Amino acid sequence: MNLRTLQSGQTGIISAVKIGGPLGLRIREMGLVPGTKIRITGRAPLYDPVKLRINGQTLTLRNNEANFIEVRIEEGA
Amino acid sequence: MTAKDSLHIALAGNPNAGKTTLFNNLTGAHQHVGNYPGVTVEKKEGICTHEGNEIRVVDLPGTYSLTAYSVEELVARDYLVNEQPDVVVNIVDASNLERNLYLSCQFLELGVPLVIALNMIDVAEKRGIRIDTEKLSEFTGVPVVPVIARSGKGVNELLKTVQKVSQTGAAPPRTLIRYGADIDEALKDLIPVLEEHKLLGSAYPASWTALKILENDEQIVAKVMLENMKVGQELVDRSETLARHLQDTIDAYPETVIADHRYGFVRSILRQGEVTRITDQDRLYASDQIDKVVTNRVVGPLLMAAILFGLYSFTFNWSGFLVDWMGMCFAFLGSLAESALPDGPIKSMIISGVIDGVGGVLGFVPIIMFMFFGIALLEDSGYLARVAFMMDRIFHFFGLHGSSVMPFIISGGIAGGCAVPGVMAVRTLRSPKERMATLLTVPFMNCGAKLPVLTLIIAAFFPAHQARYMFLATLVAWLVALLVAKLLRMTLLRGESTPFVMELPPYRVPTLKGLFIHTWERTWQYIKKAGTVILGISILLWAMMTYPGLPSDKVADFEAMRQQVVTSADKAEELLRIDQLEAEAGLRHSIAGRIGMSLEPISHFAGFDWRTNIALVGGFAAKEVIVSTLGTAYSLGEVDPEETTSLTDRLASDKHWNPVAALAFLFFIMFYSPCFVTVVAIAKEAGSWKWAFFSMGFNTVFAFSMAVGIFQLGTVLGLG
Repeated sequence: MNLRTLQSGQTGIISAVKIGGPLGLRIREMGLVPGTKIRITGRAPLYDPVKLRINGQTLTLRNNEANFIEVRIEEGA
Repeated sequence: MTAKDSLHIALAGNPNAGKTTLFNNLTGAHQHVGNYPGVTVEKKEGICTHEGNEIRVVDLPGTYSLTAYSVEELVARDYLVNEQPDVVVNIVDASNLERNLYLSCQFLELGVPLVIALNMIDVAEKRGIRIDTEKLSEFTGVPVVPVIARSGKGVNELLKTVQKVSQTGAAPPRTLIRYGADIDEALKDLIPVLEEHKLLGSAYPASWTALKILENDEQIVAKVMLENMKVGQELVDRSETLARHLQDTIDAYPETVIADHRYGFVRSILRQGEVTRITDQDRLYASDQIDKVVTNRVVGPLLMAAILFGLYSFTFNWSGFLVDWMGMCFAFLGSLAESALPDGPIKSMIISGVIDGVGGVLGFVPIIMFMFFGIALLEDSGYLARVAFMMDRIFHFFGLHGSSVMPFIISGGIAGGCAVPGVMAVRTLRSPKERMATLLTVPFMNCGAKLPVLTLIIAAFFPAHQARYMFLATLVAWLVALLVAKLLRMTLLRGESTPFVMELPPYRVPTLKGLFIHTWERTWQYIKKAGTVILGISILLWAMMTYPGLPSDKVADFEAMRQQVVTSADKAEELLRIDQLEAEAGLRHSIAGRIGMSLEPISHFAGFDWRTNIALVGGFAAKEVIVSTLGTAYSLGEVDPEETTSLTDRLASDKHWNPVAALAFLFFIMFYSPCFVTVVAIAKEAGSWKWAFFSMGFNTVFAFSMAVGIFQLGTVLGLG
């Protein structure tokens, strides 16, 4: 499932990051790598960017950047 | 400043890991800020003493990685390679080990003499993370010292370790990280070739260069190619074979596979027992609760508007008493010079050139100081990142960044700001293209100096709806600035927008020491760097409006006229009238006057006569000068920008002026070349004069086209 489609409060585990280049590296160096648990903590007033919790930090990214991140929704979450 | 045998260390680490706090703690007030050569990244240096020895400390820009994709990262790694600090102190946030150690991996790859300063262990412990520093040290092969940068705990121990490492030197590089079979094999192919040909051999370890070639690092590939085109091409070919292979087999890029393996290495360290998570209670609980309100859909924007308005009034109103006080000081100096010096060109230069010039430079200081204090407060508390978060949707649409909003507001987004501090506020933006687009468009805002000119024209030609027109002017400024930003980002500054993948730091109470250091170092930089240039140009502009003086026969004519009125009844008034006529003739005769006259054939397309032109030339010194120069040009004497009734009446009744010409003039003033103080500030922030000159030229041409359009259309429609 695409990270973009996640609702506020939903949690999941990153299953793939489907982009290389500067953006792909940037996403990874901020800790968004496969196997990492994430939780959507909110969105900006105009719905974009999105705010999420990962490794005990808060990250933001734009919707069109979230497009490249695939997430597996945790059962029972 | 540094003895040869003094120790030289560099602080490196993630943003928000406590690097600056540690730096302030180590060096106290003994620091100075400069720039890295050729770029606008701040370089902070300081001295600290440990057991009687001086240690030179350099604070590298905070980065998450060491790629070639951002200026900060390039600066950091170039510094490590070229300046070869004796020891690199890597500040690692213990409460966020995974991402912080990702950067540490890259220092290990680079093979620099490293000490890890494990910061915020107190926070980590509260979160239930206990870290076995000995094991961490064992796995990474470098000393690890726990510190609390905020309180200074552990700093002594850190310095001791640093000294020890500096004596023993770097541990021989070991292969710690495996990047998977495909990449390890490619590395095995590349490294011997690099070693054989000694490519970049003196500066970088071959293993690192090989890794960077596989990552397709632009800077390193270019360097290798420069040294040996033929071998370089072989290496690049090998790298491309790998890339194709990875693409075919696992649908991934080499650089991302490498990144994933670095994380694998970090996780293996964390798994092998040096981290014990007892409880993982959310340390961000408080921060999250604040965010629920602060970034709420309804409350968030309202609160942001209030806070930005607060920053604005803090910057411009609270600094007012200091500005007035300085103004009084310089007025006093001026009157002192007036009475003490003999009449003549020297006196005129000292008063109008030097004293006004220095006054002009220092007059901005209180505003800049207050602004930087306000920004430091927003930045250090973590609020600024939230502003960027909330505004990004709008500003991203125009090719800018969420953080662009603040420079716009300070420059006059709320009418009455100032583009000089506005331009300097642009440095909080990290993305180069968005930053440049912001830098070039903030001068379009209606700064405090444009206001008296706008007020004058509106009062003369649109007296019925003054408030409405002023408000419209603010809206038009925003609209034009954003559209031009979009235009620039589609043409000259074209390119992918910088990713918004960024950290929202937890809210923190800023330390007073940190705030004052930030404020002072930035203000001092303005005085030192911009001040001298501004003073020089100020004298130049004074000379342009003064020289050449009237020829002696003209002066004699005016003198003769004065003699004639001696008998007249209202002698004082007549004499004043003659003075004003002489001033007008003098201005007309000066270089500025000649420029104004020679431009008339072009400027009349926009409805400007030579008088207006001179005033606009004068406006380059400072926009409010337009009013006083117009006064002189219309033989009214120097008009006080605060008291313009005589000029309003004069313009309203002049046959050259009509509402259409006035509107064209209004638009021109709003958008033409920034005043030279702003231009100097742009040059400093952009890191080159090229963009400063571009700003002057582009804005003037742009504003002129608008003015011509308005004037011609209005005239054709018969609205004049």
